[in-house]
Amino acid sequence: MVASSFSSGRFWVRLRLAICSFAVIYLIAPLIVVLIISFSSAPFLTFPPPGFSMQWYNNLFTNPAWFNSLVTSIKILIPTSILATVLGTAAAYGLARSSFVGKQLVMGLLLSPMIVPVIIIAIGIFGVFRALGLYGNLLGLIIAHTILAIPYVVMTVSGSLAVIDKRLEDAALTLGASPLRCFRRITFPLIFPAVLSGMLFSMVVSFDELIVSMFISTPVVRPVTVQMWSNIRGSVDPTIAAIATLLFCFSLLALLSERAAARKVKKEVDE
Amino acid sequence: MNKVPNVISKDGKQEMSTANSILELVGVRKVYGSAVAVEGVDLTLHNGEFLTFLGPSGSGKTTTLAMIAGLQMPTAGKILLNGQAVDPLPPYKRNIGMVFQNYALFPHMTVAGNIGFPLEMRGVDAAERKRRIAKTLELIGLPNMGDRYPHQLSGGQQQRVALGRAIVFEPPLLLMDEPLGALDKKLRVQMQLEITRLHRELGISILYVTHDQEEALVMSDRIAVFNDGKIEQLGTAKDLYERPSTAFVAGFLGESNFFHGTVSGLSDGRCFMETPYGQLGAFNNAALQVGDEATLAVRPERLFLYRGRDKKQENCVSGTLTDLIYLGQSRKCVLRTANGDEVVALQHAQQVEEASMIIGEEVCVTWNCADANALSHRTASN
Amino acid sequence: MNLVAKNPMNKNAWLIVPAIVVILCFFIYPVSWLLIDSFARPKWGIQNYEVVLGRFVYLKVLLNTFTISAGTTFWCAVIGYPVAYTMAHCSKRTRRLLIFVVLIPFWTSLLVRTFAWMVLLQKTGLINQTLLTLGVIAEPIALIYNRIGVYIGMVQVLLPFLIFPLYSVMLRIDRNYSFAAATLGAPPVRNFFRIYLPLTLPGLVSGGTLVFVSSLGYYITPALLGGPADLMIAQLIERQISTSGNWGMAGALAVLLLVVTAICLGVVHRIIGVKTAWGR
Ligand SMILES: Nc1ncnc2c1ncn2[C@@H]1O[C@H](COP(=O)(O)OP(=O)(O)OP(=O)(O)O)[C@@H](O)[C@H]1O
Ligand SMILES: [Mg+2]
Repeated sequence: MVASSFSSGRFWVRLRLAICSFAVIYLIAPLIVVLIISFSSAPFLTFPPPGFSMQWYNNLFTNPAWFNSLVTSIKILIPTSILATVLGTAAAYGLARSSFVGKQLVMGLLLSPMIVPVIIIAIGIFGVFRALGLYGNLLGLIIAHTILAIPYVVMTVSGSLAVIDKRLEDAALTLGASPLRCFRRITFPLIFPAVLSGMLFSMVVSFDELIVSMFISTPVVRPVTVQMWSNIRGSVDPTIAAIATLLFCFSLLALLSERAAARKVKKEVDE
Repeated sequence: MNKVPNVISKDGKQEMSTANSILELVGVRKVYGSAVAVEGVDLTLHNGEFLTFLGPSGSGKTTTLAMIAGLQMPTAGKILLNGQAVDPLPPYKRNIGMVFQNYALFPHMTVAGNIGFPLEMRGVDAAERKRRIAKTLELIGLPNMGDRYPHQLSGGQQQRVALGRAIVFEPPLLLMDEPLGALDKKLRVQMQLEITRLHRELGISILYVTHDQEEALVMSDRIAVFNDGKIEQLGTAKDLYERPSTAFVAGFLGESNFFHGTVSGLSDGRCFMETPYGQLGAFNNAALQVGDEATLAVRPERLFLYRGRDKKQENCVSGTLTDLIYLGQSRKCVLRTANGDEVVALQHAQQVEEASMIIGEEVCVTWNCADANALSHRTASN
Repeated sequence: MNLVAKNPMNKNAWLIVPAIVVILCFFIYPVSWLLIDSFARPKWGIQNYEVVLGRFVYLKVLLNTFTISAGTTFWCAVIGYPVAYTMAHCSKRTRRLLIFVVLIPFWTSLLVRTFAWMVLLQKTGLINQTLLTLGVIAEPIALIYNRIGVYIGMVQVLLPFLIFPLYSVMLRIDRNYSFAAATLGAPPVRNFFRIYLPLTLPGLVSGGTLVFVSSLGYYITPALLGGPADLMIAQLIERQISTSGNWGMAGALAVLLLVVTAICLGVVHRIIGVKTAWGR
């Protein structure tokens, strides 16, 4: 490493490296703990666990409370991610490819659910959704999660649209492509990694959402996070760890596939 | 007020009818917010003609092309394609080929995919498409590169693909926006020849944009010189070079010496003006009247250089020789007049041997009235 | 003046409409009701604000919220700055590894991470056991259900929000500045404080603001890892609804939280522009 201000004094280098090592451990420790506990043979949270077992994964799929909530979460997650991706991508494209007064304001509006504290959104939605018949059913949860996921899609897709060369679209138009076909054949393939990553983000947002769900779900329609929450506050069992491990594997897979897609497009765009 | 440019066809006749014109621009204007990008452009492009837009950066060349292609809406004015108003047509229905400034090849499609794209959009079936792609690849000299991606090609090859993609659907009109801007000198010259060859073989009309004057002179039938969103002059290369109608054109295309003064007399097409250097005469290219402020422009190679101060001759400007620059075929001589103006004269090798001069010597230059142009002073501030 | 100029491109503007409608109906509308409730329930007036700003219990919670957020921001900066620096000035492989590690929290459920801390920090948890075995402590120390627990949990959650904006600023810094300062005779530490730190300050401020603002509204982590003395405003809002159904009070607290959030973001926007505030 080249000598520079912060790193030329030995003491400072050591201190910095010590903090970094600590940070790495600090950041991954919870994940490791969760992974290990999910294979624990003990029925309660001892660490390190006394032995290996798959019982908590088993429990996840046989215990109706857990299994149903998992199914509920997936039933919410799929429509949410589709809705948020479609709405968010359309909005991002509309914003990037038009000009009107107040564009900044509209952008701010689209991103606002990400900025306003979730607890405020949660009770606001709780108050209104009860009156609209959106309380305690899948539709309400899907709508609420879609609201929370839209900003992530808008942000990733907008970023990508800002980067791609607008002249490619112009070229397609002069070559005879109608705007719709131009989008399908040129724009969409180029922003695809961003759309995919927005979609993955919205899946994660939906699957991980607790606070709003807590307010508008009932024991009958209960997403897995709410089930976890009540479990954590009551008699804790390592099934949570099993879910978390599965979720992490899913996230990792999603991350890798998104990276792969992005790399493929990037390779083509790089001249 | 916009002056209507004198439209002169290839053989020098004044253009009257628009019967064989493929494209016509009438008073086309484009305003972005408060900035005027194009200000009243009038233009007629003949069938099969190669017309070049030449002008400095930001003079509105790309914007004009974009309006013709339909990518930008004119703020005012009319664009006619084959005599039909084209304004209501969206770009994808205009059937105009366009080569973009940085090629704009689709990065996620192969060369064949790029070239086949316009055919696909026109519903050409796969077999026919394949045949025409192959033919075009042949034409642009890249017969085996159909399966490559744009990023696997060199700059010159990308340029050819962009060209191929724009001509594969046989548009009657091809727009090219500085297509050779990113290439090195040698490749440029080669591509210039190839584009001229294609133009001849395909018989299509081409609107070509460049800010390289040499390129414009080599390739075009006619040249439109752009400045500040307007066409300063439109004509053949010879017209523009020998009879520039504004000082901007005289200075932008090649080099010119300028002298400012007031018109004092007129006689059969010539014009005499009073200047700090006495009376100077030139061809009256701007319909100047007695009393008008005027600028006289004369090319360095049209100047005769003498030693001493020869006051007897008309059109004589004298000064001190300050620089002698050897250019091989010729020699550039710079003299500074008593008023502090610099005058550049070009001597051919032959003349150089006849008269040996040294720096610091008193010299004078003179010219034939027919070789200089008297221009209106209005635009001379460039 | 017409908002949408006569331009074919502007047909695209209609694509924004569905998303905006959804946001307006199911986000702006509910939140606005809540804000109105703060003045309208149980009766019109500012009585809710008088209570919030006038009673010690509430002020205590506001103070808690501020100190916890500030503390979290401070610790994030202390840990995050060296990490961002290392990320910006190391080999490609190390960088990729560090980015992955810093991103891990983004990909693990917040709830699950908090749960993991519960396991690690409890009296019989790994940390206490290790310290006991090593003889550092004689009996288990309380790491959870108090301020320490809250900090440990929140700093871990919010660290990436500080690191990434800072990292992107550091990447853009021309190293020659530091070299120049060194050739001008500035000793390393002085050089750092006079040259490097000021140059990275925008990243630190934007990352710090992000952390601070997010902390203000945090609910899950303090609720699970904190004790009764660490009550934060989000928990208080939740309790107004779930225990007493007091919409007016909840609304007033929400307004307070929103205003503070908006002021923080607004100030930072003024200073460095919102683009950098989001680390892009
Ligand atoms: N989208 C736009 N918004 C605002 N102004 C623009 C826009 N596009 C072009 N302009 C302005 O219009 C003028 C003409 O631009 P144009 O691109 O036509 O120039 P050009 O002659 O093609 O230059 P170059 O040789 O550099 O390509 C410039 O002053 C430019 O700043
Ligand atoms: Mg241009």
